[in-house]
Amino acid sequence: MILDLKTKVDKLGIEDRVTRITKRSLKSEAKLQGLKMILSMIDLTTLEGMDTNKSVEQLCYKATHLHQEFPDLPNVAAVCVYPNMVKTASNFLKDSKVKVASVATAFPSGNSSLEVKIQETKEAIFNGAEEIDMVISRGKFHSGEYNYVFDEIATIKETCGDKARLKVILETGELGDYDHVRLASEISIKAGADFIKTSTGKIKPAATLPITLVMLEAIKDHYYNTGKMVGMKPAGGISNSKLALQYLIMVKETLGNLWLDKHWFRFGASSLANDVLMQILKQKTGGYQSNNYFSKD
Amino acid sequence: MSSKIKSLKYNGKWDFSPSIESIENLSIQKEYQLFINGQFQQPLAKKYFPSINPSNEQQLSRIAKAESEDVDMAVKSARAAFNGQWGDISAKERAKYIYRIARLVQEKSKELAIVETLDGGKPIRESRDIDIPLAAAHFFYYAGWADKLEYAFPNRFPKPLGVVGQIIPWNFPLMMAAWKIAPALATGNTVVLKPAESTSITALLLAEIIKEAELPPGVVNIISGDGSTGNLIVNHPDVNKIAFTGSTQVGKSIMQSISGTNKRSTMELGGKAANIIFEDAPLDQAVEGVINGIYFNQGHVCCAGSRLFIQESVYDVVLRKLKDRMQSLVVGNPLDKNTDIGAVNSKQQLATIQKYIDVGVKEGADIFQLNCELPKSGYWCPPTLFTNVSQSHSIAKEEIFGPVLAVQTFRTTQEVINKANNTPYGLSAGVWTDKGSKAFNLASKLKAGVIWANTYNKFDPTSPFGGYKESGHGREGGLHGLSPYLNLE
Repeated sequence: MILDLKTKVDKLGIEDRVTRITKRSLKSEAKLQGLKMILSMIDLTTLEGMDTNKSVEQLCYKATHLHQEFPDLPNVAAVCVYPNMVKTASNFLKDSKVKVASVATAFPSGNSSLEVKIQETKEAIFNGAEEIDMVISRGKFHSGEYNYVFDEIATIKETCGDKARLKVILETGELGDYDHVRLASEISIKAGADFIKTSTGKIKPAATLPITLVMLEAIKDHYYNTGKMVGMKPAGGISNSKLALQYLIMVKETLGNLWLDKHWFRFGASSLANDVLMQILKQKTGGYQSNNYFSKD
Repeated sequence: MSSKIKSLKYNGKWDFSPSIESIENLSIQKEYQLFINGQFQQPLAKKYFPSINPSNEQQLSRIAKAESEDVDMAVKSARAAFNGQWGDISAKERAKYIYRIARLVQEKSKELAIVETLDGGKPIRESRDIDIPLAAAHFFYYAGWADKLEYAFPNRFPKPLGVVGQIIPWNFPLMMAAWKIAPALATGNTVVLKPAESTSITALLLAEIIKEAELPPGVVNIISGDGSTGNLIVNHPDVNKIAFTGSTQVGKSIMQSISGTNKRSTMELGGKAANIIFEDAPLDQAVEGVINGIYFNQGHVCCAGSRLFIQESVYDVVLRKLKDRMQSLVVGNPLDKNTDIGAVNSKQQLATIQKYIDVGVKEGADIFQLNCELPKSGYWCPPTLFTNVSQSHSIAKEEIFGPVLAVQTFRTTQEVINKANNTPYGLSAGVWTDKGSKAFNLASKLKAGVIWANTYNKFDPTSPFGGYKESGHGREGGLHGLSPYLNLE
């Protein structure tokens, strides 16, 4: 493994850049276009201990029937569930374009043996998962065992093969500072991640704009060096359209047009879709509707 | 880094829609008068000159031109106020007036920001978030010093100088007025201030604020005019000090005029700042600092980071990042909230910038300009950079005062210190490195008044600002900004 450990991040510089991005003003056509893009990029997520087959089916129904009254709107990108719910989701979604994503590798802590992690990944893929959201071993990372972290990601990537795209969750809320986020991003990318993802949603803070910017810059440097694109998924804490649009502007101004696509950028969120729908209807009709018009699954 | 990799595109897929700041409730007067002895009055010769909106070349207003007798009247009223009411007032009361001005600037910040943008061409984002808040902050800061001068200069018995003549430039019209007026008032002086010819309106709106704050008549006089008006202030026998911000050329001629007189001076003049990126720097943030350093306010900034030095080992990647970042810059209507680069301040300045761009090409440097659509009318220059530049190129030696960056490389720390200091100017510099010791080393070796480490163009009223060498003398801001307005024993 060759790691470019030289790259440093300046905290104030990152935060100044974020402030400037949040000053962008989106109006009319640009806003509507942005909202539609966000909708198409959402991984509709349920990751709770009390998930049941029925509750997952309800979420899948929502994913495929978000807004029957406006058929020109895009569907969400994927439904993201625990491994034991993959079969249920996959049966429900098999005729739709919505993908099934599964968390794996002893989510959310990642504290298990590599064998167990491989087995869990295999099962999820066997049951129909098209995308695997793994977690990195943060304890090993903090112990400086970067090779272990790298090898683990590379092994899971090998397990995914060409059957599933691999999203690597850094759990940035446990990494401590931006330099660590940058290093973990580079390890994950070089070990073969198709996507890097901020958070499990179980630790606060989850996704933030500055952390996402640090990760986007790592992706950009990888592209400069190799010409290969890596996707980005902020997850957790992005619950309204205004914030989601700021993320999208950040993608536009950091990585450019190629990444403005659900194949390369996702939002991990549970309640964002409703707010985006409400805003889209507001752009179309001029008035806000009661949030009781949007189903809460 | 391989150059074969497909370059990234940032426009054409999801572009911003117009988001224009409303000017519906704004009223700009057809004519602005001179503010002398607490009153607005017509110039005796009844001469006016137009103020042009540089983004569409339309006339915004007509501005009074002060001539000899007007200047004399302004100086006399300032002297009378200094000898009278203002001289007698307690320091604590002086502070109250300055606080009042600060609050009124805040209250009227929206109007001031819009007018600043209309009159000067700068993006509304900058006038709203930088110019006006910093102007208010400067008044707040110096208001606090007014009754603490004995503590600032213990056992030195600080006394005001008297009448100070202040001449300010067109790049930060209201902010420069605040930088000049606030410390002068805090130290007990009276003021005759002349704004720049192309951007007088916000200074005259500040005169309205000063009137509203009920500052005693004559304490601040604001008289508009061109260079000849400035000359009259400089040469007026009853002025005790000249505070000037502007070009080095004019600064030199002012110094010649006042030599042999008792007049004190502070000069804040031109610059050709080095912005230095070391290989261990946080590169993306450094690139952002380069953008802020040279393209802020269309490059009309005396401390602009107009010379970029990149350590050779990271030259390719920094340049690629810089060019990619430039693609996200929005050039156009300064009232659009998404505009990053507004209009060049005047036709004359555009001609100067264009001349330097032509010289750069002629002298063999490689030009790169943002490929963007420019509005049909008005004065515009896309963000520009030159590579293959050496120390002897004109664009690396002379102040351009526009959005034009000269990029050079270096190998060692000593080399870049030599190159950075190899200029008649010395106003500011930027250093980008992750290594604290390197930043401190350069801060002590670079001959410049302000050195930013891992940031650029950051301003704060508590921090002194001013130049070495031909960038001027005296400091503005902070405790240091008080003494140029005081007699100290």
